[in-house]
Amino acid sequence: MIMLRAEQLSKGFTLHLQGGVHIPVLAGLDLELRAGECVALSGPSGAGKSTLMRSLYGNYRAGAGRILVRHRGAMVDLAAADPRTILAVREETLGYVSQFLRVMPRVPAVDLVADILIGRGIEADEARRVAAGLLLRLNIPPRLHGLPPATFSGGEQQRVNLARGFIGGHPILLLDEPTASLDAGNRAVVIEMIREAKARGTAIIGIFHDAEVRDRVADRLFEVTPLQEAA
Amino acid sequence: MNEPTLVSARGVSLAFGAIRALRDVELDLWPGEVLAIVGESGSGKTTLLNVVSGRLRPDDGAVWYRDPQGVLHDVHAMPDPALRRLHRSDWGFVHQNPRENLRMGVTAGGNVGERLMAQGARHYGDIRAAAIDWLEQVEIDPARIDDFPRTFSGGMLQRLQIARTLVTHPRLVFMDEPTGGLDVSVQARLLDLIRTLVARLRIAVMLVTHDIAVARLLAHRIVVMQGGRVVETGLTDQVLDDPQHAYTQLLVSSVLQA
Repeated sequence: MIMLRAEQLSKGFTLHLQGGVHIPVLAGLDLELRAGECVALSGPSGAGKSTLMRSLYGNYRAGAGRILVRHRGAMVDLAAADPRTILAVREETLGYVSQFLRVMPRVPAVDLVADILIGRGIEADEARRVAAGLLLRLNIPPRLHGLPPATFSGGEQQRVNLARGFIGGHPILLLDEPTASLDAGNRAVVIEMIREAKARGTAIIGIFHDAEVRDRVADRLFEVTPLQEAA
Repeated sequence: MNEPTLVSARGVSLAFGAIRALRDVELDLWPGEVLAIVGESGSGKTTLLNVVSGRLRPDDGAVWYRDPQGVLHDVHAMPDPALRRLHRSDWGFVHQNPRENLRMGVTAGGNVGERLMAQGARHYGDIRAAAIDWLEQVEIDPARIDDFPRTFSGGMLQRLQIARTLVTHPRLVFMDEPTGGLDVSVQARLLDLIRTLVARLRIAVMLVTHDIAVARLLAHRIVVMQGGRVVETGLTDQVLDDPQHAYTQLLVSSVLQA
């Protein structure tokens, strides 16, 4: 079953503060993603892999083309959807693990992770219990669960971010370098979590710089080629 | 997403003499949605807040409010008593300066209970219980219930104002720079409180702020204003991470990274 399909997707940036220079990044890109499949984006640094991820999530506004996402049984075009539809798709269907955790002042790690479940109406204690379980699995010790992650190390923050991304059980997940600052032990946990998600039918697009991680989770590569060089 | 809007402004314009404070502004707000209005001083954002809330009358255009029964009201065509009733019940207003909203000669508990009484609550025990509950919700020690607001710090006053505003469970709250002028540590606590309460009670908020970080933390959608015009609007993270308009790009790139 096709979960996500980008059709003729283009994205560029017009920098008004730099004299209106236009930087094209993606042009006429077609990509298809099926349930239970993991596609790894490849290509040199600066080719537009992160731009593609952010466009697929609706964080960047697509310049042209369509981004069809299977949401509540129908294909929704995120490139044309209104903001409230995009938020609904993100809440239920499309999860995203960014490279860096956006911490909120005063909010403890466990609440940051439980947030999505509470938003879905799950009882706060139950949501925190699930969140704590996921944090433990990612080797975040209980003494850290009640603290805001602002003071955590980079690796700890990334694992909180991963817990936050995986807790919702979204049918489609976008992973932007999920193992970049993790040690071997934690990398193995994340690989296992990705493989379990795939087995449940989750469709995944990821950027994995770590070749070992990529080989163990990706079913195929999708090459993102730099436009500048092609031109 | 065909849910009807809670508030819609259409073609709203207002001039103060030669200054065109609002020019043909369109705006929609849905139930439970937090909408941030950002822009520099003088861009018209507070004027827009005052027009939408009926505190200022536009030269042109209209603002529509849909009541709980689904009936649309032209905010500026409502008789004054009806508008005042709306401000006491369905709507709330959080000012940058809490002294504009609080009664300094009335105790903390009285400030919270007063809005309930204005709505018709008469049972003293119930009103006091609600006041205690709300003081706790905004993290003010209920032992302070009989103290006067003048003995409170700035951050506490702001939290008391929020308790006074939310005690009647309004559907829509207007906020004008609610964290402006507070210490950063006090700001963080207040932002977290607003974020949590608004989400739990599903209150729609029209939030005026010049602080992009506040907008990112609280708002679902964002409206960028410049010179009385809406220059860009959309999903908060999209507008802030991929700004399209020259002015939004300037606004976003001018923020200092902490």
